[in-house]
Amino acid sequence: MKSLMDKCCDKCTHALDNPCKDYIKCRKEGPICHQDDACKEKRQKILAELHLAEDSQKRQILICAGTGCTSSGSGKLAESLKQELQNKGLSDQVEVKVTGCHGFCEQGPLMIVEPQKTFYTRVAAEDVPEVVEKHLIGGEIVERLLYKEPNTGETAPTYETVPFYAKQKRLVLHNCGHINPEVIDDYIANDGYAGFVKALFEMTPEEVIEDVKRSGLRGRGGAGFPTGMKWGFVRQAAGDKKYVVCNADEGDPGAFMDRSVLEGDPHAVIEGMAICAYAVGADEGYIYVRAEYPLAIERLKIAIAQAEERGILGNNIFNSGFNFKLKIKAGAGAFVCGEETALLTSIEGNRGMPRVRPPFPANKGLWDKPTNLNNVETYANVPYILRNGGAEYAKLGTEKSKGTKIFALTGKVNNTGLVEVPMGITMREIIFAIGGGIQNGMKFKAVQIGGPSGGCIPEELLDLPVDYDSLTAAGAMMGSGGLVVMDETTCMVDVARFFLTFTQAESCGKCTPCREGTKRMLEILTRICDGQGKLEDIENLERLGRVVKSTALCGLGQTCANPILSTLRYFKHEYLAHIEEKRCPAGVCTALLTYKIDPEKCKGCGKCAKGCPAGAITGEKKQPHVIDTTKCIKCGACITGCKFDAIYKA
Amino acid sequence: MAACKCGCEQHAVDPQQEALQKMLDGYKGQKGALIPVLQEAQEIYGYLPKEVMQQISKELNIPFSKIFGVATFYAQFHLKPRGRNIIRVCQGTACHVRGGAKVLEAISKKLGVGKNETTEDLRFTLETVACLGACGLAPVMMVNNDTHGRLTPDVAVSILEKYE
Repeated sequence: MKSLMDKCCDKCTHALDNPCKDYIKCRKEGPICHQDDACKEKRQKILAELHLAEDSQKRQILICAGTGCTSSGSGKLAESLKQELQNKGLSDQVEVKVTGCHGFCEQGPLMIVEPQKTFYTRVAAEDVPEVVEKHLIGGEIVERLLYKEPNTGETAPTYETVPFYAKQKRLVLHNCGHINPEVIDDYIANDGYAGFVKALFEMTPEEVIEDVKRSGLRGRGGAGFPTGMKWGFVRQAAGDKKYVVCNADEGDPGAFMDRSVLEGDPHAVIEGMAICAYAVGADEGYIYVRAEYPLAIERLKIAIAQAEERGILGNNIFNSGFNFKLKIKAGAGAFVCGEETALLTSIEGNRGMPRVRPPFPANKGLWDKPTNLNNVETYANVPYILRNGGAEYAKLGTEKSKGTKIFALTGKVNNTGLVEVPMGITMREIIFAIGGGIQNGMKFKAVQIGGPSGGCIPEELLDLPVDYDSLTAAGAMMGSGGLVVMDETTCMVDVARFFLTFTQAESCGKCTPCREGTKRMLEILTRICDGQGKLEDIENLERLGRVVKSTALCGLGQTCANPILSTLRYFKHEYLAHIEEKRCPAGVCTALLTYKIDPEKCKGCGKCAKGCPAGAITGEKKQPHVIDTTKCIKCGACITGCKFDAIYKA
Repeated sequence: MAACKCGCEQHAVDPQQEALQKMLDGYKGQKGALIPVLQEAQEIYGYLPKEVMQQISKELNIPFSKIFGVATFYAQFHLKPRGRNIIRVCQGTACHVRGGAKVLEAISKKLGVGKNETTEDLRFTLETVACLGACGLAPVMMVNNDTHGRLTPDVAVSILEKYE
């Protein structure tokens, strides 16, 4: 018996054609059908290897293989580590485990040594000999690879002491980075599929729905509709054929939490969908994943195949009479397919255009059958709720927003990465306590939340508790939870234009308000950024925004004006500076800038003049140079070239 | 095996045509097959030639107009030949605020092609993407299936040399 999922002896009966009711329980607690101590011991031994005890002599090295760390070279790192361990004859005592995203992408590639929880950051293949020699053989920590707090310079020996992790509450992400997502044993050893088994054998579908309602879980896709209520609608809908669908078409620029969950813990999503299928009475499901996420698709395929092989998906699951099949559909690149009706029609093989609701998918969804559609993160919350009970889950969060939310913290913040926090935490805590403040000692200006559907939150609202309702009141929205931090070098008009460029390109064109409205609003914003803005533009933007918001067909159009309206609300002075003073305060809008040379700092090296493609810079050697603003094309080549910081934008 | 319609001998064992036919046979009668069929056809040919779409229309009994409509709606489908290496520069929010536009500009200048264009020698196709989901490493680009992060314009251009 090599794996947790193998038969312990001939008495073990579980097979696809003869599924065992106690299969999952048996793997964790030892054989239940035949109380054999020898078999039990075998299982416990394997479990102990999957989950090292604190005093274990063995070591596990967890290497992050999320997209972020992979691109910083974690694949090579894992290879050379395995090689080095073999050379030193340590392969038996040290296991190298490739895991999903640890969430702290800024510091990647990341490495954890278990059971000591030692946390190494930015580990390169060249560091491997030192880690093996010093830490694994000598038992001494390699100080220089530890995380160092940028402000205080203090090091943190374990991941639990790194401020980035210490202030989080990792509930959905608890497996991410700690298990091998390609090995089902790892998931089951960490209580995986226990919630599903509990639902199947101890609860009626109605009780499952009640429990989800009790948990207060709201849809994590953005709008925040109560999940239990949605499941109830699908359960009650007429028809014997029903579907469950998972929306993994995470297209929001600046959001990658769904990707990390799919890559790091795919079984959690599968388990959540299986529980949902049982609750609503469906026997077929689809996961609609972006084609831009090849690794997520790959890991899901492996996870589904492993679950099928063991009879966790398929017919007569665990001899309960319940059937559930799961398929993957790769999206083909259209942001609007994140909208539920567009997503469903795309699965059917059409152009992904939304339609009018009602009828809602709960009554008429995929192929006109009742369909439950939730986001990746929503499903990934469900196993925890079933395992621990809805009431336990509801202890976290605020009165109307329960549980935790994963945010993708990016932009001009020191610690970028995935952050899971209880609802109700303030934005300030996320950005400054967990995110470590603004990069390069700059000043905070705004945080953009919720992608193209969201808005910008200014400094004075940083103490706002983060939940669905307070964000909506502030003119933003949760969206999928992308947080992009902006400092004083970000132009808010340019940001609004950026999002409008995106929504305008992604509008499917079916309804006029969105098709025409986004185009006109983008034209106005472009004009303002180009220095051609007029005062009435502001009023027009506000009016257009309101009209599109209230008349567009689907969520894309209804929210596309949010970035404009929220920047107008909190940063009107920046718009006015562009229009009235023809000035971009952040120094971003090229048309409004002039490049100047500081004669004090200029050493007259001539590098800028040589690099200028327009021949706009002149000057004597060793004398301060000057820029002819009429010739300057504002490409910035001189700034990047100057060693003395003598050139600036004004 | 798919027979050649023009009657000449050489095309009779066209491996691409064979792969296409085999794939189409597998999808016959399945509902909702159009998008995966187009994805796999593009996988075989690198893009979607008109003749291929016509064949899909005939074999799956879907009007050509619908196939064309779907193929032009989604960003993933291409109706023109593409380069051996696909560069996708991320223009997501995080990349935007950390200088993604400058990276795109530098590559575009280096290759002498604009967005969604292919170099004459078919070595590179330059594309943009709304978000690659690797925002922690912004600015980011993908060349084929490799993600490269923490770019500067110079670094981005030098990375391209690795791809023949």
